[in-house]
Amino acid sequence: MEKKTPLYACHEQAGGKIVPFAGYLLPVQYGTGVIAEHMAVRTACGLFDVSHMGEVLIEGPDALYNLQRLLCNDMDGMQDGRVRYSPMLCETGGVVDDVLVYRLAQDRYLVVVNAANHDKDVAWMQAHVTGDATLRDLSDEVAQLALQGPRAQDILLRLASAQDIPGKYYSFTAHRPVAGIDCLISRTGYTGEDGFELYCAPADAPALWNALLQAGAPDGLIPCGLGARDTLRLEAAMPLYGHEMDEQVTPLEAGLGVFVKMDKQVPFIGRDALVARGEPRVGRVGLRMTGRGIAREGCAVYCDGIQVGRTTSGTHCPYLGHAVAMALVDSRCREEGTPLEVDVRGRRIAAEVVPLPFYRRSRK
Amino acid sequence: MNIPAELRYTRSHEWVRQLEGNIVEIGLTDHAQDALGDLVFVNLPQVEDAVAAGDTLADVESVKAVSDVYSPVSGRVVEVNEELLDAPQRINEAPYEAWMARIELSAEPEGLLDAAEYAKALEEEA
Repeated sequence: MEKKTPLYACHEQAGGKIVPFAGYLLPVQYGTGVIAEHMAVRTACGLFDVSHMGEVLIEGPDALYNLQRLLCNDMDGMQDGRVRYSPMLCETGGVVDDVLVYRLAQDRYLVVVNAANHDKDVAWMQAHVTGDATLRDLSDEVAQLALQGPRAQDILLRLASAQDIPGKYYSFTAHRPVAGIDCLISRTGYTGEDGFELYCAPADAPALWNALLQAGAPDGLIPCGLGARDTLRLEAAMPLYGHEMDEQVTPLEAGLGVFVKMDKQVPFIGRDALVARGEPRVGRVGLRMTGRGIAREGCAVYCDGIQVGRTTSGTHCPYLGHAVAMALVDSRCREEGTPLEVDVRGRRIAAEVVPLPFYRRSRK
Repeated sequence: MNIPAELRYTRSHEWVRQLEGNIVEIGLTDHAQDALGDLVFVNLPQVEDAVAAGDTLADVESVKAVSDVYSPVSGRVVEVNEELLDAPQRINEAPYEAWMARIELSAEPEGLLDAAEYAKALEEEA
């Protein structure tokens, strides 16, 4: 039985096409369609219900020590009000999940996890937490809305005061009013655009949703579903758990080496395995489909007729106007410009290795 | 949902329009395009392809998924709508104008639904 987010009635009212996703009933798109929603986020603004995401609070004198063990990125030296991304590894060096860490205080952190991994993550963290630290699963007590796109800040300014809005990417402010509703305002997102993720109490979520839609309507703000969320993150080449990485794929293979701090003071779970595995023999690449066809997840990738890997995600990119895919391939085939072929339902379609991300927003 | 009275239909959501002689035109219904969402890619058959009713005739892809289009009739492909290759969204915009293939019948079509029967089939599906 799937759960409904606090915004379920809003989605129905807005004409959302509801589908089950990661244990929740969520809109895959609204009446405007995935392409219009995608373009709204690239050119104006879109509003997403991401209340399915999980939130776990870790607190206590040993909270930081535990995060350092659980996560391969370095959480030391973080300031209050900052956000940091990290993979969380298993003993074999594969990825349990990838998470965002919010430093609320020196001894209090909020860890935001993928909905699909929520139960597994909580069990994993609970099993590994040591010393003077406690975990609390807040997932059912927190709703989350994502306001994404170049107009996001202007829209938010109509409902919140300027000094309450975090200025830097990957920073946040807590307990600030947005349309009079108590929110944690985070300058983060999963679309490749500037934008905010707003955390609030579930009971307040519909009022916040409606206030944002109303305030943003003159700027072209529309509600967006899971379909656009996926095409946006893919165009921006942001990895998605279960696609670009899982427990069989290491963060080094997934192209997340910059978030793996082998030399940090507290060795993280999975570090020894990464050392033992040595230089990755496969790596993530971006593919532009040069032939006619759209590669999806799990298509075989060939170089000179020999299979060298598989696609992990693929779609037609509405903003770029062509098809792209990400793939895990033999490290020898990763050079930019390498011609490859992708088996799309029995047909070999030409593709070319291109730099990631496929899309990068222009900064003001 | 728009279901023109002059066309015939299949339960797999193709429409068939009778042209002159024994040529028919095939496309996807309004219901199909709505269910698929924004189409971004179309793979058409080739002229001279022989098809049997129920065979895969073409495929269409939306941003999220790929779907087969089945031939409602048996015959030989005499023309394909190449305009759709560059503009698959035409199927979303005008499903009953955006024909995909024209087929010369080799046998009288069987089991096609009229508009009322197709409307009823949609109701049963919902």
